[in-house]
Amino acid sequence: MSVPAFTGSNVMDVDAAKIRGAGSNVHFDKVSVAYGAHVVLHPLTLDIAPGEILAMIGPSGSGKTTALRAVAGFVRPASGRIRIGATDVTDLPPYERGLGMVVQNYALFPHMRVEDNVAFGLRAQGADKALIGERVKDSLATVGMSGFAKRYPRELSGGQQQRVAIARALAVRPRVLLLDEPLSALDAQIRRNMVEEIAKLHRDLPGLTILYVTHDQTEALTLADKIAIMRDGRVSSHGPTVELYRLPPNRFTAEFLGRANLLPVTVTEGATGPKGFATARLGDALLAGAARGEKPGDKTLLCIRPQHLSLTGDEEHTNRIVGTLKEVHWQGELTHLVLEVDGTPVRVSATRLPVSLPERGSAVPLFFTPGDTSLVPEDVRG
Amino acid sequence: MADAAVLPAPAAKRVPGRFWIVPPAALLALLFFYPLVLIVQQAFMDDSGMANVGEFVRVLHARFFLNALINTITISVTATAGCLIVGLVLGLILAFVPFPGSGVIARLIDTFIALPTFLVTLAFTFLYGSAGMLNAGLTEAFSLQAPPVNFLYSTWGVVLAEVTVYSPFVLRPLLAAFSLVDRGQIEAASVLGARPFRIVRQVILPAAVPALIAGGSLCLLLTVNEFGIVLFIGAKGVITLPLLIYSKAIQESAYQVACIIAVINIALSLGLFGLYRFAAGRLGA
Repeated sequence: MSVPAFTGSNVMDVDAAKIRGAGSNVHFDKVSVAYGAHVVLHPLTLDIAPGEILAMIGPSGSGKTTALRAVAGFVRPASGRIRIGATDVTDLPPYERGLGMVVQNYALFPHMRVEDNVAFGLRAQGADKALIGERVKDSLATVGMSGFAKRYPRELSGGQQQRVAIARALAVRPRVLLLDEPLSALDAQIRRNMVEEIAKLHRDLPGLTILYVTHDQTEALTLADKIAIMRDGRVSSHGPTVELYRLPPNRFTAEFLGRANLLPVTVTEGATGPKGFATARLGDALLAGAARGEKPGDKTLLCIRPQHLSLTGDEEHTNRIVGTLKEVHWQGELTHLVLEVDGTPVRVSATRLPVSLPERGSAVPLFFTPGDTSLVPEDVRG
Repeated sequence: MADAAVLPAPAAKRVPGRFWIVPPAALLALLFFYPLVLIVQQAFMDDSGMANVGEFVRVLHARFFLNALINTITISVTATAGCLIVGLVLGLILAFVPFPGSGVIARLIDTFIALPTFLVTLAFTFLYGSAGMLNAGLTEAFSLQAPPVNFLYSTWGVVLAEVTVYSPFVLRPLLAAFSLVDRGQIEAASVLGARPFRIVRQVILPAAVPALIAGGSLCLLLTVNEFGIVLFIGAKGVITLPLLIYSKAIQESAYQVACIIAVINIALSLGLFGLYRFAAGRLGA
């Protein structure tokens, strides 16, 4: 049986307003977690607004899952308080927090049919039979799994199981939905589809607050309103997704969130003009980029994304550097070039290339706009 | 075809000689099947070597046999139920309640499997016997004339000793089953609003059912055949099938009666063993 995608019509059919509900904000107030002397989460203060998707991303051991588990109630903070809405949940057991959670391996109950899995939380909360029936039907329809109610989890694919896990979490009308690497166990194609479907789900349920833990930057960039980048148990940076991507506040963020070329430059002129671009020197080239209050003489990094570099210039691409072409990798939709500029490798992702590609070892000019460029401080740790 | 012609012929697979079945079969026949056949044969023949099915029917209807059968079933079922409860509670604590030293405790409980069954009975005598620590303490503390705790020399004493000895046989497969329970399922259930008792009932226990059946069947099998504990406690009127066989064969020299009871005991054991193998197979043991 084919699985219908999460579609607007699915949700319209089941009256999504019933599921919308009012999301709650989540507030971390100096929350730290330690196992003995080993601190895995340093005091964390963070807000997730009602209806917001906050993605926590970071490498393994950065503390992102610990933060999520502290919200769920599986990890007791060594210090600080966690509030969900107006309720201080720090001392509440998980079953009294009013949350939904979806984990990497789905964690469906194997001996229960899909409908019983979805009904589990409602039964645990003592909902009456009629309400359970209605909610199970609505939740399964929301994730496009209405036709699978009588199946057992073992009879479903990974993607289908994950949809059921989401339906199970939504059925209890959670104040906050916790997603812990929910797509990691799926293969690349299904993962891409599921990311789009979760984004659609949130558009249909805009009041739902979601804390999304992942190590996959694409999932975070696609889904999140805001991103918190974790490193060594601390928030390295936190802000709106687009802002964090375009104006990364430090090298770690620039490199972790998408690919970035970071060229060491010296500021020659602070922010000027209506757009506030600073000017910096790289070898002989003078380059403009978004400033962060740098002063003339400051040594800093110029951040430019590989896809923003062009082999051809025009009126907008006023920044120009010259590099030596080292490698060319054709990957179908994109061609990746690696050049060397002043001893620093620079990557270019091009959708179009000149008819005659320069030979390896030749000097190649690269063009980019100041608007796609930002100055990033070096050696800033969160 | 030319290429095929130069390929070396595959080496002929060496088949072990069929005669290798003879030594183990002979050993089994000599040590196991022959004595068993003798017992079955003896059960249907009287002392003069004549076939006598009537005696079999008589024993089946005899009061002493029925009492022993009822005792055996009552004790084994009660002890097995006790083992299941104790094993389950201990298993849940050891597997799901993290505390320092839980691994050591689990291994200590395991060592019970290695000990002879009568040792526990001996220890119980020191603890709960007429002159044991408990009775001595209570008699002295309350200036009593007679020891107040007398359960050891009753069916309950046998049951308690068997529960103590055989609970590890339930605990071991249960711990193995619990180790396979996805912690994510427990956490998901908890976040969804399920309290611990519901999680145990609806998430953990369904996963442990094959282990409970396997452990329970094994306990039933062992308690049905338990001899040392019942003999050592020597509770008045508590005669089980193994004790009755011993009594008929050794004390009364009534070999045919002993063999008849033994045949019934064997049938009971084989039935329970079949149940155990079935459950163990489901568990993947």
